[in-house]
Amino acid sequence: MNEVPESHPAEAEPQDDHTAEHVAAHVRKYVMVGVTLLTFTAITVALSYVNFGTMKANIAVALLVATFKAGLVAAIFMHLSAEKRLIYRILIFTAFFVLGLFWLIYLAWYNPIVR
Amino acid sequence: MEIPYTVVARRDTGLWNAKVGIWLFLASEVMLFGGLFSAYVFLRLDASPGDWPHGLLNVPVGTMNTAILIASSVTVVLAWASLKMRQFTKYKIYMGITILCGVIFLAVKLAYEWPQKFDHFGAFIKEDALEKYEPYLGNKHLLAKDLPPRKEITGHLHNKEALNDPNIKEYEIALDQVNADPTNPVNDRPHFFYVPPTKKIATIEKADVKYANMFVPRHSAYFASYFTITGLHGLHVLGGVLVFIYFWLPIGANMYKQNPEHLANRVEVAGLFWHFVDLIWIFVFPLFYLL
Repeated sequence: MNEVPESHPAEAEPQDDHTAEHVAAHVRKYVMVGVTLLTFTAITVALSYVNFGTMKANIAVALLVATFKAGLVAAIFMHLSAEKRLIYRILIFTAFFVLGLFWLIYLAWYNPIVR
Repeated sequence: MEIPYTVVARRDTGLWNAKVGIWLFLASEVMLFGGLFSAYVFLRLDASPGDWPHGLLNVPVGTMNTAILIASSVTVVLAWASLKMRQFTKYKIYMGITILCGVIFLAVKLAYEWPQKFDHFGAFIKEDALEKYEPYLGNKHLLAKDLPPRKEITGHLHNKEALNDPNIKEYEIALDQVNADPTNPVNDRPHFFYVPPTKKIATIEKADVKYANMFVPRHSAYFASYFTITGLHGLHVLGGVLVFIYFWLPIGANMYKQNPEHLANRVEVAGLFWHFVDLIWIFVFPLFYLL
């Protein structure tokens, strides 16, 4: 349905690694990642009912699993495992500033001005 | 004027323009949600033991919504892959499922989860009155087990007019199970399944209450951050759904006829946004529902 001729000018040169053959090879991987994410969601829920001693330990475990899941989404679904340099440059700045944001919490706790 | 580099990559960046654009936008989004999450961490660290509520949200429903969002992330990437492989019918199906998932997520949030909270009531007891309400709080039992104390009595408020009428001196609450049977060990930790309020009625004098409200944003720092972050997240889901509907309608088919790669790229960019929204939820779910 709605097929266009292969000779379309805009398709003359492939833009990146995302040619039709490449994409077809990746479809299975996307589904597997989805299944993995669902499995780890169940694991997160189950682990939250396990007592790891302190609340802090439970939070650490849950955030560890969440970070792993987020990493999977970013690397595979958002193609960050193989992206152009410019994107990485943008994200390095973002990571720097967002870490700065969380560092503020530490400053508020450590209170270096009056310490 | 035609926007250049929608399909062909620029030589200097090696990318088509929208790809750079969406990543710059997502970078600003990281800062937006980063600010809210750091505020959440700050508020939570600042709360004294027993002040940060646990188990007030419906875990199975939240888990289901998480699964729905993850499934939609898979279908949107499959929709994009279908376009790349020039399978328009498959694209329509996968995109349709994605839209459906987004709508279900929002419906569950707005029609079920939030209203259920708005209908629930909690009263924080003054420090010097905690002893008086010990039968509902069970703090001696918790202390013996080295668990954080309870300072709030929750349930279904029978006399809602008490919220705004200063002449009414007390709240009448159908107690939640945790307050109806506070020394029962099954209530030490939050339940997985939602437990409706019991039939046991408690009368709490307003004079003994530090602060009381329905589970609305001003109820506590917990609900303020919950509604702010899930509300902003919900707006993002809504935005994503609207964009997907736009690409799903005949306008998408027309774009596909003119240049299928252009539609594929647009769907990829919208998909990147959608995955980001999913990624945010991956953190929201454990932080608010489970911990």
